[in-house]
Amino acid sequence: MSNHPVIKLNQVSKVYSNGTVALQELNLVIPESQFVSLVGASGCGKSTVLRLIAGLGSVSSGTIDWGITTAQRKLAFVFQDAALMPWATVRENVYLPLKLVGMSPQHSHILVQQALKLVGLEKFVNSYPRELSGGMKMRVSIARALVTQPNILLMDEPFGALDEITRSKLNSDLVDLWLQHRWTVVFVTHNIYEAVYLSHRVLVMGTSPGRVVADINIDVPFPRGEDFRTSSLYNEYCREVSQHLATAMRCGDMVGF
Amino acid sequence: MLFARSPESKKKSQKFISVEVVAPIVVGIFALVLWDIFVRVTQLPPYILPSPLLVLQTLITDWSELFPSLLITLQITVIAFIAAAISGLLIAILFTQSKWIERSLFPYAVILQTTPIVAIAPLIILWLKNNTFAALVVCAWIVAFFPVVSNTTLGLKSVDPNLLNLFQLYKASRWQTLIYLRLPSAMPYFLGGLKISGGLALIGAVVAEFVAGTGGEKSGIAYRILISSYNLQIPRMFAALLLTTGLGVLIFAALSALSDFILSKWHDSSINHD
Repeated sequence: MSNHPVIKLNQVSKVYSNGTVALQELNLVIPESQFVSLVGASGCGKSTVLRLIAGLGSVSSGTIDWGITTAQRKLAFVFQDAALMPWATVRENVYLPLKLVGMSPQHSHILVQQALKLVGLEKFVNSYPRELSGGMKMRVSIARALVTQPNILLMDEPFGALDEITRSKLNSDLVDLWLQHRWTVVFVTHNIYEAVYLSHRVLVMGTSPGRVVADINIDVPFPRGEDFRTSSLYNEYCREVSQHLATAMRCGDMVGF
Repeated sequence: MLFARSPESKKKSQKFISVEVVAPIVVGIFALVLWDIFVRVTQLPPYILPSPLLVLQTLITDWSELFPSLLITLQITVIAFIAAAISGLLIAILFTQSKWIERSLFPYAVILQTTPIVAIAPLIILWLKNNTFAALVVCAWIVAFFPVVSNTTLGLKSVDPNLLNLFQLYKASRWQTLIYLRLPSAMPYFLGGLKISGGLALIGAVVAEFVAGTGGEKSGIAYRILISSYNLQIPRMFAALLLTTGLGVLIFAALSALSDFILSKWHDSSINHD
């Protein structure tokens, strides 16, 4: 993992038209191939950060700088809701990003198959979303994100709606996939345990207004198996994040980074 | 084993003899029996209330006049319906391209829909004096197009916001968003609008025919209803009404079947929940 910054938010503020200050003077640097989690209570602006990075909204002040050219920048987004087209099969859903750039179904066939194989759903190509479980729908959503072979993955509470067992399995699968592809990942979650397990860094965000109040390095090498999740080191990191989160929620703002 | 039926054919025949089909037929037969008993007991003359058997006999004897008239009304209905479906869809697409276009034109669509067709039909027939058939189609179209516009506009706007964001993220053009996202999303709403529009097209055709009062060879079923009423041929009037309502039921059933066929794989309204 290099230290070369890929995404840099400089004094970024976001104020909505109704006057809500979602983010205030937020500074954030994300190096290449780093897995960063944003943790915070509802309304702290973590999803707003993700949307601004994705270009799904404009900053009110400040800048978002990129350490790579526009041509090199290949973003993919995974929403909390799987956001699948219910009228289309799994294959058609995964094919969508390629279709929008004009790739024919014949040319995209192998890419779609590869993406589905990554998430273990190659046998469900002709299924409709209503025939899939919640976890499977999320896998299709991830496959769709991966089909364009992105280098930056933005994930907004992708496992938030799933049960604990499915979430835990998908966390392990995500770690395995990251090890293969080494994307730069910005992962939003309200689940501290998930954030600590998945990430190189956990950023705790405070509310009203949203800003980074703690930046915690998870200094544990990958791969991280089940033994890490049951270790005392894991518990210590979770406790540290939890304490910062509780402080942020109690005090509102802290002097930020 | 030789005569064992496949699960699919068992399912199909079960559908035909299912409660949804049998229940209304039983209710209908019960109502007809009650009607017949009522007429017999009260000894009402046929020009007040004919018995169902008399209506059926009249339908058979006058079939050669009533059925061609029904076909003419059907032609008007089908053409008006297709025009309503296409124009309704195009107008709805136009409305979703610009809020200002929608705000400017939608009230006039409502005005057109709420103006009684019996009031404006004579004017339309006058304006299109060389072509009564076209005038009748226009009248039926006016009645039928609004549900398609209203429902489809709602459907085109009721897109999953996450999917919209996804299309924005992948820099989809407006056209791509319309074709690959908005139109498929709107399909259940559009088909719902069609189901309402089909019946309204028939009503519009019948009302327009009443107003036009066209006679002769090319008169529709509404004319037959009107003339039978004037001549106190009440059993014939009932027979003509029966054909009209039967046509309305057929139109609705056909559009429901179309909707189920298109949506069966994915929409809750058409999925068979086992």
